[in-house]
Amino acid sequence: MWKVIIRRILLMIPQLFILSILVFFFAKLMPGDPFSGLIGPHTDPHEVEALRRAAGLYDPWWEQYLRWLGNAIHGNLGMSYNLKEPVMTVIGHRAINTFWMSLLSVILTYLFAIPMSIVAARNEGKWQDQLWLTYNSITFGIPPYVFYLLIIFIFGYSLNWFPTGGTVSPDAMGIIPVFFSKIYHMILPAFSLAVFGTVGIFTYFRSGILDEQTQDYVRTARAKGVKEKVIFRRHILRNASLPIASNFGFVITGLLGGAIFAETIFGYPGLGQLFITSISGRDYSMITALILLNGFLGLLGALLSDIIMAMVDPRIRIQ
Amino acid sequence: MESENILEAKQVSVAFRIAGKFQKAIYDIDLSLRRGEVLAIVGESGSGKSTLATAVMGLHNPNQTQITGSILLDEEEVIGKTGDSMASIRGSKVGMIFQNPLTALNPLMKIGQQIKEMLAVHDVYPENQYESRIFQLLEQVGIPNPKRVVNQFPHQLSGGMRQRVMIAIAIANDPDLIIADEPTTALDVTIQAQILDLILEIQKKKNAGVILITHDLGVVAEVADTVAVMYAGQLVEKASVEELFQNPKHPYTRSLLRSNPSAETVSDDLYVIPGSVPSLSEIEYDKDLFLARVPWMKEEAQKVISEKMTEISSNHFVRGQAWKKFEFPDQKLKGGKK
Repeated sequence: MWKVIIRRILLMIPQLFILSILVFFFAKLMPGDPFSGLIGPHTDPHEVEALRRAAGLYDPWWEQYLRWLGNAIHGNLGMSYNLKEPVMTVIGHRAINTFWMSLLSVILTYLFAIPMSIVAARNEGKWQDQLWLTYNSITFGIPPYVFYLLIIFIFGYSLNWFPTGGTVSPDAMGIIPVFFSKIYHMILPAFSLAVFGTVGIFTYFRSGILDEQTQDYVRTARAKGVKEKVIFRRHILRNASLPIASNFGFVITGLLGGAIFAETIFGYPGLGQLFITSISGRDYSMITALILLNGFLGLLGALLSDIIMAMVDPRIRIQ
Repeated sequence: MESENILEAKQVSVAFRIAGKFQKAIYDIDLSLRRGEVLAIVGESGSGKSTLATAVMGLHNPNQTQITGSILLDEEEVIGKTGDSMASIRGSKVGMIFQNPLTALNPLMKIGQQIKEMLAVHDVYPENQYESRIFQLLEQVGIPNPKRVVNQFPHQLSGGMRQRVMIAIAIANDPDLIIADEPTTALDVTIQAQILDLILEIQKKKNAGVILITHDLGVVAEVADTVAVMYAGQLVEKASVEELFQNPKHPYTRSLLRSNPSAETVSDDLYVIPGSVPSLSEIEYDKDLFLARVPWMKEEAQKVISEKMTEISSNHFVRGQAWKKFEFPDQKLKGGKK
């Protein structure tokens, strides 16, 4: 098992390499560069040209790429053009914020989705089922940013229960107040992300339970005289949870994508918000680093899913 | 006080809710089974064999089915029992073996756990004997190396081995009645005989009653004591196995026997019963349903009403009177060969 995992991790290197070429190339294709924003009515165009030349923007793309790759291998993903700080440092700070917020939102997601699916599946066709199906159709249909704005308007602005930006309030001092202040700032974005994360898991899990209920082995369990409650817990639920267990790795990866909207709208300084500001600022080094990170998380998520599957389903052995 | 009859079914009807209405799937079944007896239920697909077996097990979804009549299992009424009171009967008094062993076991549980579950649900064996009982059962059903198999998952066993495990589960609590619902249909021909022999061997050892549901008339001739022929949810003929094979009366029984390859029919083309079993909504139970499939007897079929089973000789029951006029098409043309 461990050998397989290490081999899979090593296999990621060529995959990341191909990804890096694509990312680098597409970033170059974007119109504008970090210095376009500096040009005003009073700037000397020659000065800007000199800056561009100095930054190596006129070198052939492969030369720029190799230079970037050489540095990247040494853990140096370059300086952010706009923030004038090493890319790694900025990402490190932001990643911590996103990590905690995502963790909270994953917990909330499963906390909502699992009981919801069980209640709906157990009462198939009845009002409990209809209620959660309707809830899911609505959340599936609403554009996330509209929902986020509504949440901010209701809980942040009208009721004034939660802060509408930042990660910690400036007057929080000491470990415990800071900790609670951070959680307090995370709740709105994490909750909103969870509302959308629920949809996929609910759909998978509910239909999984309904499928498993009609399987032959459930009939066998009934023929054994096992009580319905036990059949549900021991047989149906365990089998129905396989797909959501394997989906777990991808949920984690998907969070970064979801965070792009949520963090930007909630003014939460994490990786998602950084991504948007980097794109609008044409911060090439930051964009390439972030997309690479995202790709790496994607590969990691797939690996995680495979490992989880191999652990929970005896029929699957990763080779 | 052990009663002679382990199973006593009287006027059993099962109706399924289809599009809001209850449609009868089996109608007015009378059957009984003694200890140590093998009752075969035959009939083509859709004739209600499994519906009957499922009713005996109380496995029908109570919201979607209406069951009337009386089913006495060891003198205990089963119809109307639901939930946990029925669950305590299943698995202790009746064991059931299903058609498809490939899907009948939980893919996530080890074989040992699945047998243990059966033992743990009922208090027939004390907890400290579970382990020895599991090994004993696996040996009894002919599984080599039980010590390894208890820790294996279903997907690691072949179809025949899985069906053996299913049998081990079904007999774990020494049931008085074993229902085998087409236990060999999904298996390799070479394994079929082994599995049937195994079921009979256990039945003899425990003096249990066996209901064997099957399509295979060859099997019936070999293993059954009594045969019940079902068509479109009704019994059409019931007799001892010798009587039924030598002296079949009902057109359906005769057609079935004639459509089965045997040493006598080997030179002829096999008989094909035209048409198919009527769907539930088409069934009118006051007619001889099978005659509708005999083209030259359609008129006869319309005339017959309120058909009942009549005992034409000792323990040989046939439904209706129309069988007296039935002839196969070739006999009809040649003016009767027999």
